[in-house]
Parts: sequence; structure tokens; C-alpha cells
Amino acid sequence: MRLYLKTTVIALALTAATGAVKADGHGGVEVLHWWTSGGEAAALNVLKGDLEGQGIGWTDMPVAGGGGEQAMTVLRARVTAGNPPTAVQGLGFDIIDWANQGALANLNDVAAAEGWDDVVPAALQQFAKVGGEWVSAPVNVHSTNWVWANKAVLDANGIAVPETWEDFAAALDTLAAAGVTPIAHGGQPWQEATVFDAVAMSALGPDGYQAAFIDLDPEALGSDAMKEAFDRMAVIRANVDENFSGRDWNLATAMVINGEAGFQMMGDWAKGEFLNAGKVPGEDFLCFRFPGTQEQVTFNADQFMMFDQGGAVSDEQAALASAILSPSFQSAFNVVKGSVPARTDVSDADFDACGQQGMADLAAASESGNLFGSMAHGHANEAAVKNAMYDVITAHFNGEYISETAVDELITAVELAQ
Amino acid sequence: MAQTADADFKTRLQSWLPKLVLSPSLAMVLVFVYGFIIFSVYLSFTDSRLLPSYGWAGWENYSKLWRLSHWEISLTNMGTFAVLYISICTVLGLSLAIFLDQKVRAEGVIRTIYLYPMALSFIVTGTAWKWFLDPGIGLENVLQTWGWTSFEFDWIKNRDFAIYTVVLAAVWQTSGFVMAMFLAGLRGIDNEILKAAQMDGASNWNLYRRIIIPQLRPAFLSAFVILSHLAIKTFDLVIALTGGGPGRATELPATFMYSYTFSRNQMGIGAASATIMLMTIAAIMIPYLYVELREKK
Amino acid sequence: MSIASQDTAIRTGRVTRTLIYLVLLLFALFYMLPLYVMVINSVKPLDEITGGGMMNLPQVFTLEPWAKAWSSAQIGVDPTGLRPYFWNSISMVVPAVVISTVLGALNGYVLTKWRFRGDTILFGLMLFACFIPFQIVLIPMARMLGLMGLAGTTWGLALVHIVYGIGFTTLYFRNYYAVFPTELVRAAQIDGAGFFQIFWRILLPSSGPIAVVSIIWQFTNIWNDFLFGASFAGADSQPMTVALNNLVQSSTGVKEYNVHFAGAILAALPTLVVYIVAGRYFVRGLMAGSVKG
Repeated sequence: MRLYLKTTVIALALTAATGAVKADGHGGVEVLHWWTSGGEAAALNVLKGDLEGQGIGWTDMPVAGGGGEQAMTVLRARVTAGNPPTAVQGLGFDIIDWANQGALANLNDVAAAEGWDDVVPAALQQFAKVGGEWVSAPVNVHSTNWVWANKAVLDANGIAVPETWEDFAAALDTLAAAGVTPIAHGGQPWQEATVFDAVAMSALGPDGYQAAFIDLDPEALGSDAMKEAFDRMAVIRANVDENFSGRDWNLATAMVINGEAGFQMMGDWAKGEFLNAGKVPGEDFLCFRFPGTQEQVTFNADQFMMFDQGGAVSDEQAALASAILSPSFQSAFNVVKGSVPARTDVSDADFDACGQQGMADLAAASESGNLFGSMAHGHANEAAVKNAMYDVITAHFNGEYISETAVDELITAVELAQ
Repeated sequence: MAQTADADFKTRLQSWLPKLVLSPSLAMVLVFVYGFIIFSVYLSFTDSRLLPSYGWAGWENYSKLWRLSHWEISLTNMGTFAVLYISICTVLGLSLAIFLDQKVRAEGVIRTIYLYPMALSFIVTGTAWKWFLDPGIGLENVLQTWGWTSFEFDWIKNRDFAIYTVVLAAVWQTSGFVMAMFLAGLRGIDNEILKAAQMDGASNWNLYRRIIIPQLRPAFLSAFVILSHLAIKTFDLVIALTGGGPGRATELPATFMYSYTFSRNQMGIGAASATIMLMTIAAIMIPYLYVELREKK
Repeated sequence: MSIASQDTAIRTGRVTRTLIYLVLLLFALFYMLPLYVMVINSVKPLDEITGGGMMNLPQVFTLEPWAKAWSSAQIGVDPTGLRPYFWNSISMVVPAVVISTVLGALNGYVLTKWRFRGDTILFGLMLFACFIPFQIVLIPMARMLGLMGLAGTTWGLALVHIVYGIGFTTLYFRNYYAVFPTELVRAAQIDGAGFFQIFWRILLPSSGPIAVVSIIWQFTNIWNDFLFGASFAGADSQPMTVALNNLVQSSTGVKEYNVHFAGAILAALPTLVVYIVAGRYFVRGLMAGSVKG
């Protein structure tokens, strides 16, 4: 036992020595995010290098999992403990929620100096500027109502880019008859919601979309158009392969890339997969808006919310915000990520054909009032409602409800979530 | 008289010392467990959404909770999972312990093999089993390429069967530990009684049924406590294995509480579900603890 | 104090014995299978894995995934691999295990040899605390750690683990000491030994087996914990499990399964070693009255 006790004492002493090295104060910036792999991590590295060039240290706090779910848990713990990170990756209504808690810093000085009000689209500003104060720096604008198609497969079956839902449904039939999986799909709630996003926009139209998903009007949620949207989802369901359940989105994209499937409805981050596989837009793959939504853009934007560190905005935090919205970073990051810049004054020279189309669509939709926050990605309503909708959409997609039931369930779910 | 005063002080110190020594632990438990439980119960009556907020909301969270089909699914899953997990682990653990007790050669190696899964974190277990159970690259694919082309094993993607995959992975992880507990119990049984019964002509079957298994009662109860505790806390495994899916087919109360509190910004409902979980735990554990600890006296 | 480890008096015929060996072997396969899959797939190049054949032996043997998982895999912005986080875990786990074990021993000692009114209730309180689901305590604990100035530090995280491990260690030691002959304690008291002297000289020397059980249990649970590690660790004290989670749960980019498996095994190595080396002490400790109830 003497040995046991000796070891204990030594162990304690050792660990006391190491444990005494407390967490460093914020000399630089601490960033909480979930971009832990591939292109995003590389792109974030660009930002890091940028800041290090200005002499600002970058403390990385990555927490992967659940598309940000774990990171949000960690964030709550940090805020409650009183030491929030400098910047946190965030989306849509979550940012508004944190701003309403008074937890975010006021970036108006930086925004004024750099003229953010003029270059960031109004619909996007809704999520970055709360109560007249800029609280976060948008990194990009993703759009979700895209369809990606394998050109060779379409050509081989004589299918042109569908303009209407009926065209699309007919194209699906043609592909099914030819033995190709019509739609590549990954069976996860957020993916089903992404598809539903576009389908609902096509069935409800922009006004219906606004009423149902943004205003949460029960009449709009229970309308015939909503039922039509669910019916269309049932058609899509009938046109996916039997192994779709649980599949990751990039594996579904891979099916389109190698010709196993014809179409995938996915946000523009799918483009990155095509480019990585060496495919060329227009030659190997096509990108077009979901039939019936050609005028609209449903968007979601990754942003870095800046947390109040107590006192005025520090130079480092301001530098980070400024670096994020700099045209050079916006261009460099978005070329890789597949999204379009959050500033409308960035040149589209470095972007590929689909990227350029995306930028043009964004500007046009912003002008004509057709730019809507994506319901599937937390930009139409708050997290509780979004998740409640996910539940209904995914249950319907997996056959738990028929369309009429789904509509009723949707109304109930939204009510319980508020 | 200095000496008596000194002795008095020492004796009084000695009589207070045990309680003094116990008090840090007790204080920690009171604050960090029971204090937090009270906090959580209180939260369930407030309008907390993103962060704790203290506006009174009465029973609203509870009434919303019980209208959520999601919650019902979690509870049903918990029932299925807990019953299967606890019973299979117990039966398996006991059987393996009995077999291993039979003067088996290489017992040490076999025991290590049965025990090691407990050393793995649930993330590791979930990742490994997720792969193994995936029809595209896992067992189904392997057996099909080996010639058994009609073999199907897509439980993990099937809404009705996915919960059984969670049972499978959880049993794999902890049945070895249960076996170790029963093995320890078996080794503590007095051989004289057995020998006497054997001389009376009792068969092995009867020896086990009438003498050995009843004597394992403490081990059964301990196994039940540990398994129930693990069942209720099962969270990491579900997240790593199925993420709660497909859809909501493998949601358990722990994952429900987590998602409602931390990603759905409905902390009030999360707290309500946590309170229900705690009440269930209390309903099972307090009677057991009472019986066990009362006997000790 | 020792309970004789005795062979069973049951006798079995040859047929039964063959059956027994068969069943034991079958289950050994069952337990080994996932580990086997993880190990052989961690030494294959990626294209061999995506090509199928999960159970096949590698056609090309490579240790590159292991090197990558250790030192160059993408965990966050920097491709650092798991190595830096290894030390974080150790410096958090060791004090937590040691302190919770020591406290458990002292608690067990008090509760069994220095009885006082209400001590059973206190024990019941501590035992029931084992069952609290951790998600419930995240927010209030974060607040407490913030108030204590321990947020984001290694010691803060260690404290959390100590608090939630005390119930178990107390259980183990208390049950162990309960069957320890009290006469020895009384005799020592008559000889004038004090509280700590009795503990030091009489109980502690025979506590080897149960200390091992407690240490193994605590080490495993704390090393493998994810939730507390993710929530309470600062950027420079994140434990291994958080890093592993970042490695395997990334939502974009190519999934390098071989690196994931290598990483998972690396993360599990310390606990695996502990179980393999100390496994027999574990059973011995359990036998010596620890979890008999």
C-alpha cells in the first residue's frame, strides 16, 4: 500500500503541475465552428492565415456533429459559464435568438466603416442586423432550390431541362423506365426538408410560402396547395432507390456524378462535389432551379456571430468581422464552397458557370422581392418550428402519414412549437 | 486539567471527524446533483426557450409534452429498449458466467475478450456497429458477396427494426461486464452445500436452479441497477449509431431531452421531459435502494 | 478478508463440455467481430474499403491511416490529428480518477466503520445521485463553473467528473468495507489509533482489489466521456473524445473510413490496455464483495 500511496502522491503532484496551466486569455480570437473537414476547413484556414498575417492569433474550437447541434450545446455552456468564444458559426434564426438574449456584440462601427448596409442583400441583413445593430458577419449565401442533373443520363433519355412540375414528373417516369434511379436522395430529416422546401415553393408560390413558413398562418399551412406539396413529395418518394434511408448527402451526389441517378435536389454545396470529381458545369452536369421556382431563390447563409466579450468590440473581433466580409475572402471562400458571396459587389470572374448563375439569380431575386429564407435551414422560422416541420415532413416521406394527415400534423406541430 | 481537556477535544474531534470527512462529498452531491435536479424541475415550469428564463408558465410545458407524438415515440422506444437490453444482458451474462465457471481452459483470455467492449467509448462502438450493420457495406453486403445472395439485414435503415440494432450494440458493449459480475458471484458460492446436494443425487440442472441461482440474488440486483442506469443514460450510443433515426425511430428520452433543450430551443419542454425521466428513475430505484439498504442494518 | 476463489463443484460430462466450449467460442467471435472489422479496415487504403469487402484481409497493407489519425488528420481548421488531445485527456483523467477514488475510499470507510444516525440515508442519497442523466446538469454546471472561475480549464472538467463519479466509488468501497471485519477496527481503536491511522494502517493495505475496480471503472467512464468534455473544456483542453467525434462526424468531404477506424482504436487504446492488463484484478475485486449488493 505504501507504493500505492506514493504513486498517488506523485500522480497528484504531476497533474497539479499540468493542471495549473489554465486556459489562455483571449489574445487573439476564439472561433467555435463545425467545419472540421474537407473544403470548408481549408477555406477557414484561409481566414486564419489572413488574421495571422495581421498578427492576430486564432484559437480553434471545432465541435462536429449534427450539423451544428453539438456546437450549439457547447455554445450554451460557454455563454452560461460567462466566457463565450469570440465568434461562433451560426445560421438564420439562431442568430436572432442570441441577439435577443443580448449576447452578441455591436458591430455597427465596423459596418459603417466598410459600408455593409449597401452591399449585403436586404433579406440577408434580416439575420445579421438585429434591432438596428450588426451582430454577425455573413460568410456566404447558399441557395437551396437547385436541381443537379447528370447531363449524359438526361441526353441519353431525351430529357430536356424540366420547366414545370409536370415535365419533371414525366422525366422521372422516363428515367425509371430506363432503369436509372430517377432521384438520388439521402434519407435524413434535413435533406427531406430541403427537397420539401423547393417542392412547397413550387406548389404554394412565393406568397403562399411567405404565409405558411414565415408568417406561420394556420390557414396557409392547411391549404390545398400544401396538400399538393405533400402529394408531390409522395411522387418523389416513389422515385428514389430503396437504400436511401440514412444516406449522407454527398453519397447521393456521388450517385448523380457517376450516372447511377439522374437528379438530386440539394443546395449549392453539392456543386463542390461535382467540381472535386473534375466535372464541368454545362458539359457533365446541369444546374437548374426546381421547376416552378425559377424566379425565386430560397437561401441560407453561414455567418459568424460575434459574441459580446464585455466592454467595447475589441480590435481583434473587429478585424475578424472585417476579414470575413472582405471581397477577397468572399471570393476565395465561395469559389471553393459552392455558394455565392454575401456581398453583391464581388466580381463573378473566378466562379464557374453555375456559380455565376447563382450570383445573377440572387441579385435578381433580391431586386424583385423573391428572395426568401429557406425553411429547411432555419431562415424562415425559428429552430423549434423548423424542427417541428422536419418531423412531419420526414414522417410523411417515410410513409407514416398520408398527405391529408400530414397537413393536419403540420398545423399541430407548428402550434406546439411556439 | 489540561490533559482531560486535551483528551476531550481529541475525542470530540474524533467523533466529528468522520462526518467532516464525509461532508465534502455530501456537499458536492447535494449541490451538483440535487440542487441541479431542483433547478431542472423549476425550469420545467418556466418559459425557457434558448436559455433559462424565469417567467412562470405553469403546466404548459407538460401539456405540450404529452401532445407531442415525438415524446410518445421516445417513451415506447425506452420501454422496448430497456426491457430487451436488461433481460438479454442478464440472461446472456448469467449463461456465459455459468459456462465460464466450468473449469474452462484459457478462461483468462476468454474473459478478457468478453470484457473489453466495456472499455470502448460509445462513439467507438456506435461507429463500428453503424458500419457493420449498414446493408451497403456491412454484414448484408459481405454475406451476399460470399454467396448467400438472398440475405437481408437492413434493420438499421428500417423504422420498425432500428431500435433493435441499438439493443444489439448496447448488449454487445455491456453483457461482458454483467458476466464478470455473475462470475464473481458464482465463485463466492460455498462448495460444501453443492457437494452435499450432489451426494443426495441432485442433477446439475437442479443444482443450478435450486441452489446456485437463488444465491446469486445480490448479483442479480446489482446487475439490474447497473443495467437500468445504463439504459436510462443511453445517449452517446444512439447519437453515434443512428442519430435518432431513421426519422425518429430510435429516439430515447435522453436524446429527446437533449434535442429539445439544445437544438430546438425549447428548454422548458426539455426540462419537463427530464423531470419525467427523473421521476421514472426514482420510482424504480428508490424502492430497490430502500429494500437493499434496510437489510444491511 | 479474502474470499476463497474456488473452482466450482459442478461436474460435467464430455458432451456438455464440448457444447460449452462451442458456445463460449461463438460468443468470443461475436465480441471480437466489430474490433476485427475496425482493425483490418484501418490498415487498408481507402479505395479498397469503398470497393467493398468489409471482412476481407487487406490486399495492400498500409499504416498510413494510423499515422494520419495520430498526427495529420483534419480535426478542426488545422490538420493536427489526435495527438495533441491525448495529453489533454490524460491531464484531466488522472487527477479525476485519483481524487474520486480517494474520496470514495474515505466515504466508504466512514459509512461502514463510523456509523452514525442517518448514515444509511446519506449513502442512499449519494447512490441515487449516480443515476442523474448528464444532459440535465450541463447548463447549471456551466454556470457554477463560471462562478468558480473554472470554466474552460482542465481542473474544471476534472471537478465535474469527480462530482459525478463519487457515487460509484463510494458504492464500491462501501460494499467492500462492509464485509471487512470490524473487530480489527475496534481493536485498533482500543489501542489508541485515530481515525486516519486506522484507515492508513488497516483498511487501505487490503483495499487493493477494490481500488482497482474503482480506478478501472472511473478511468473508463471519464476517458470515454464526450458530453462534459465538449461542453466544459476550453479550446486548449479538449479531450480525445471530442477530437475523435470531430474526426468521424464531419459532414462534408470524403469520408476516410480507414482513418476513422484508426482514430477510434487510438482513442480506445488506453482503456483497452487497462482492461487487458488489469482485467483479472477487476473480477477479483468484484468478487471481494464489491458489487454483491
